[in-house]
Amino acid sequence: MEIIMPAFACLIIIFGLIRRVPVFEAFSEGAREGFFTLFKIAPTILGLVFAVGLLRSSGATDALCSAIAPVAEAVGFPREVVPMAMLRPVSGSGSTALLVSVFENCGPDSFAGRVASVLAGSSETTFYAVTMYFGSVGVKNIRHTLPAAVAADLTAMAVSAAAVHIFFG
Amino acid sequence: MLNYVWSFLVTAGIICSIFLGKTENLSNAFVDSAADAIQLLITLAGVICLWSGLMKIAEKSGLNALVSRLFAPLLKPLFPNLDKNGAAFEAISMNISANLLGLGNTATPLGLRAMKELDELNGKSARASDEMVVFVVMNTASLQLMPTMLGSLRASYGSSAPFEILVPVWISSACALTTALVIAVTGNRLSGRKKWKSLCPPSRV
Repeated sequence: MEIIMPAFACLIIIFGLIRRVPVFEAFSEGAREGFFTLFKIAPTILGLVFAVGLLRSSGATDALCSAIAPVAEAVGFPREVVPMAMLRPVSGSGSTALLVSVFENCGPDSFAGRVASVLAGSSETTFYAVTMYFGSVGVKNIRHTLPAAVAADLTAMAVSAAAVHIFFG
Repeated sequence: MLNYVWSFLVTAGIICSIFLGKTENLSNAFVDSAADAIQLLITLAGVICLWSGLMKIAEKSGLNALVSRLFAPLLKPLFPNLDKNGAAFEAISMNISANLLGLGNTATPLGLRAMKELDELNGKSARASDEMVVFVVMNTASLQLMPTMLGSLRASYGSSAPFEILVPVWISSACALTTALVIAVTGNRLSGRKKWKSLCPPSRV
C-alpha cells in the first residue's frame, strides 16, 4: 500500500508531460501558493495545540476520563479506550499514542484493542480539521458545523463498540 | 462558536490544574505546546507545499477535471448549487479521492484549496456557506477505505490478523458520515427556509 502515494505523484507528472504542461513551472507556482496557505493556518494551529496541551497537562482529561469510565463500561464501551476516545477529536498524534498504549496493555486482538482500532479507523481529528479549514479562509461564523461533526464522532464511538460486539462476539 | 470552545478549553485547563494541584506542569505546558505547534507546522510545511505544487500540475493538465467527472454523480447531490465543471467542485473531488486512498497528508492541501475556491464563491464572507459546512463535515468523518497506518500499527503490536477490523471500520465510518451529512444538510435546509421567510415577509392582512 506504500506505493499509492508515489504512484499518484508519478501519474500526475506523466499526465502533465503528455498534455504538454510546463511541469516544473506549474509545480513551483503551486508550491508558492502552499506557503501562503501555511501562513494562514499557522495561528489557528498554534491556538489549538496550546489549548489541548494545557488540558492534558492540567490533569483535567485524566479526571474526566475516570469520571466517564464507569458510565462507558455500563453501556458496553471498554473503559481502557475512554482516554483515546476523548482525545481523538482534538489531537491526532495524542490519540495515536493512546491507541498504542491500549495495544501494549490489552493487546491489539483483545476487545478493547479491537474497539480502539475501529474507532481510530473510523474517526478523524474533528476540531483540528474544523479550525484549520475555516481558519484558512477567515470564516468566523461556522454555523452548524460543530454539532454535525461532534455527532459524527459520537456515532463512531457507539458504532465501533457495537460492531466489535457483533463481529467478534 | 470556536471563540467559546477555545476559551473553554484554555480556562478549563488552567482552572483544573489549580484545583488538581498540577500548576507546576502548567508553565511547562505553555512552552511545550507552543513548540509542539511549530513542530507540527514544520512537518506540515513540506507536504503542503509539495502537494500544492504537484496538484498545480494536475490542474493544468486537466487531470483534476477527469477525476471530478468520476466523482460527480456521487458528490452532485451533496453540493447541488456548485458548477460541476468549476474549480471548487474539482478541488472537492480531488480531496475526497485522496481521502479514500488514505493519503491524509495529501488530502489536507487539497481540502484547503477547495475551501479557497468555496470562499471565492461565497464572496469572502465571514459566514460559512452551505457548501463549506457540508465539505468540512465530510472531512471530519473518516473516508478512508484502507487504513494502512492502523493495519501496520496493529501488526507491529503482534496482531494475528491486522486487517480483521476492516469491515467494522467501514460500517462505523459509514454511520458517522451519514450522521454528519444528515445534520449538515438538515441545518442548511432550515437556515435556507429562514432566509426565504425573511425575504418574503408574511403579507399584512
